[in-house]
Amino acid sequence: MTSTFNVVTSQEYKYGFVTDIEADSVAPGLSEDVIRFISAKKGEPDWLLEFRLKAYRHWLTMAEPEWAKVEYPKPDFQKIVYYSAPKPKKPQYASMDEVDPELRRTFEKLGVPIHEQEALAGVAVDVVFDSVSVTTTYREKLAAVGIIFCSFSEAVKSHPDLVKQYLGSVVPSSDNFYAALNSAVFTDGSFVFIPKGVACPMDLSTYFRINNKESGQFERTLIVAEEGASVSYLEGCTAPQFDTNQLHAAVVELVALDRASIKYSTVQNWYAGDKDGKGGIFNFVTKRGLCKGRASHISWTQVETGSAITWKYPSCVLLGDDSIGEFYSVALTNHKQQADTGTKMIHIGRNTKSTIVSKGISAGDSSNSYRGLVKVQPKAEGARNFSQCDSMLIGQSCSASTFPYIEVQNRSARVEHEATTSKIGEEQLLYFQQRGIPAEEAISMIINGFCKDVFRELPMEFAVEATRLLSLKLEGSVG
Amino acid sequence: MLSIKNLTASINGTPVLKGIDLEIKAGEIHAIMGPNGSGKSTLGKVLVGHPAYEVTGGEVLYEGRNLFELAADERARAGIFMGFQHPIEVPGVSNAAFLRLAYNKKAEAEGRDELDPLEFDDFIHEKIKLVSMKEEFLDRSLNEGFSGGEKKRNEILQMAVLEPKLAILDELDSGLDIDALRVLGDAVNKLQRPDRALLIITHFPRILETIQPQFVHVLSGGRILKSAGKELATELEDRGYDWVLEEAAAGGAR
Ligand SMILES: Nc1ncnc2c1ncn2[C@@H]1O[C@H](COP(=O)(O)OP(=O)(O)OP(=O)(O)O)[C@@H](O)[C@H]1O
Ligand SMILES: [Mg+2]
Repeated sequence: MTSTFNVVTSQEYKYGFVTDIEADSVAPGLSEDVIRFISAKKGEPDWLLEFRLKAYRHWLTMAEPEWAKVEYPKPDFQKIVYYSAPKPKKPQYASMDEVDPELRRTFEKLGVPIHEQEALAGVAVDVVFDSVSVTTTYREKLAAVGIIFCSFSEAVKSHPDLVKQYLGSVVPSSDNFYAALNSAVFTDGSFVFIPKGVACPMDLSTYFRINNKESGQFERTLIVAEEGASVSYLEGCTAPQFDTNQLHAAVVELVALDRASIKYSTVQNWYAGDKDGKGGIFNFVTKRGLCKGRASHISWTQVETGSAITWKYPSCVLLGDDSIGEFYSVALTNHKQQADTGTKMIHIGRNTKSTIVSKGISAGDSSNSYRGLVKVQPKAEGARNFSQCDSMLIGQSCSASTFPYIEVQNRSARVEHEATTSKIGEEQLLYFQQRGIPAEEAISMIINGFCKDVFRELPMEFAVEATRLLSLKLEGSVG
Repeated sequence: MLSIKNLTASINGTPVLKGIDLEIKAGEIHAIMGPNGSGKSTLGKVLVGHPAYEVTGGEVLYEGRNLFELAADERARAGIFMGFQHPIEVPGVSNAAFLRLAYNKKAEAEGRDELDPLEFDDFIHEKIKLVSMKEEFLDRSLNEGFSGGEKKRNEILQMAVLEPKLAILDELDSGLDIDALRVLGDAVNKLQRPDRALLIITHFPRILETIQPQFVHVLSGGRILKSAGKELATELEDRGYDWVLEEAAAGGAR
């Protein structure tokens, strides 16, 4: 067990290295020309360029949101690089053997299974490095059952009709400041399409990596599950350690038709900045799922551990009758990290159900807020929501806040909200130590217990990774 | 086994232990009695390494080693166990998983084989019989929602799992019904061996009828005012503590 201890005590962010690789980048700054450049670079059809330009023009009229409980220097959007791709510019590799060895080593170091033969229990992986997708594994196997899993850029080329039909249908390009920015400049991401009646035979996964110091990452993910289809999708992310902040503004849209089910899991480990709050990723993400069909089901599970600033509210629009939305979240903040995260559950259809389980863990000088909206519209007869928001404080100088917003416009709806705050104190820790369990393992066990209701929603390997990550992030916080 | 010399300790700057001397040898059973707030639990917590208490003087040798050089978890793995007066609740952590981790930590430290979940399942089923605990308690969260008596039962189950050399049992008897008191008292007796020792903290002589001590000490105001044989417990029950305090003030006892 000494190995566990060693892992725990090496508290430095171990993904903080930079890959020295030649990149094909555009000069910093944002303008219609830059957008045209990105679109041309990707060989996009006119309608997509129009989509981008429309979003950009709208974005120019918008102001950055101020309502979240986070404080940060506003990014200078003219200093950001909006396109950066590792050279050679070949957007997609047939196999990992074609990929630049330097890049391949990067992902080996990160533990991302990019070789199919090494893949974890058959997880198909799409790998996005700065602005482009580098490789996608298991494509043929998935294609055999009609599943499309590829980079977003590729989907634009090979399945333009599907992309056109669903892009922006859940998160309109004018939705919010960061979604508009993303819609204007997004570079790559993943596209998933599960046809009618198909249960995806393996977990699909995208791994995002920001490498370029000045680049922002603006990825776009679109997942569509047709009638009766189901899929479990995993997202992981890391970034090098820089003392400046990088912006990550992603948009994820999920569409579930009748009886379809989408399970979306994230373990977010962007670089969080150092102990004094220098550097780290600004994570401003819009994730939304539309339960479009009857009895459709969308479930978000997130474990947020990194980022200097997290601003993120994976949401469900429950349009179809009997549809189900779920949000399971663990957000951990330490040192000077700030997180304002939660969800929105919009009940529109009849007998729609939603469950929210949020676990916030704050340590150091960090600030951790849960912000959640449960909205029941007039026609949502029989809607049900249950929310459980628990906070755990470690140490004296961190803070935790809960902002539940409840709007109910249908009398038959039932909405329940429970919240608790607890502390890992020295008493709890001593109890474990008194039974021979070292402090680090004790913390890990206590935190795991606290997060159990969320972790059990994660696929096995992700749950193990999440557990390890939380212990790592909390090392030295107690006692 | 344990040798305490002139031990002083304080919490938040307030002295609580004001010079404790105590020798415990292998095979012995000691009882500590004394008024509320006299420092009994504090003594136990200082011995197991509670971080809130500051040791301000004196020395404690455990099996010849300076106890204070060991971290709390090392002391536990070296065989010191404390059954707490108020065991803490830990939501979401299964009792069985906790017990197994504790067992395996100790096994590892002693160079014995660790038990996998299946092996541990067999092992723990023998142990719960000893304390007449229902199986369902293994699957519940550690102490969460346990009644006062159930928590105490769980403490003794942990003792049975870890088989400590020195067990400090802080008010094992408070909150126990008569049957539970007998069952747990018997269990503790079964766990006692010539190479082990017990330190029983209690307010009531009743438990000392089952777990029979050779020595009874009266702790008051952070000092041990009187030490005698088992009969002292009954005398205290009949006469209270005042006479011991008076005797001590008169310089008669030590
Ligand atoms: N965390 C603390 N902060 C301040 N004072 C404390 C703290 N813990 C203990 N004390 C004080 O130390 C003294 C000794 O407490 P201790 O718990 O050792 O008493 P005890 O002999 O076990 O009493 P009881 O019979 O009621 O269990 C008490 O006056 C108590 O108030
Ligand atoms: Mg006490």
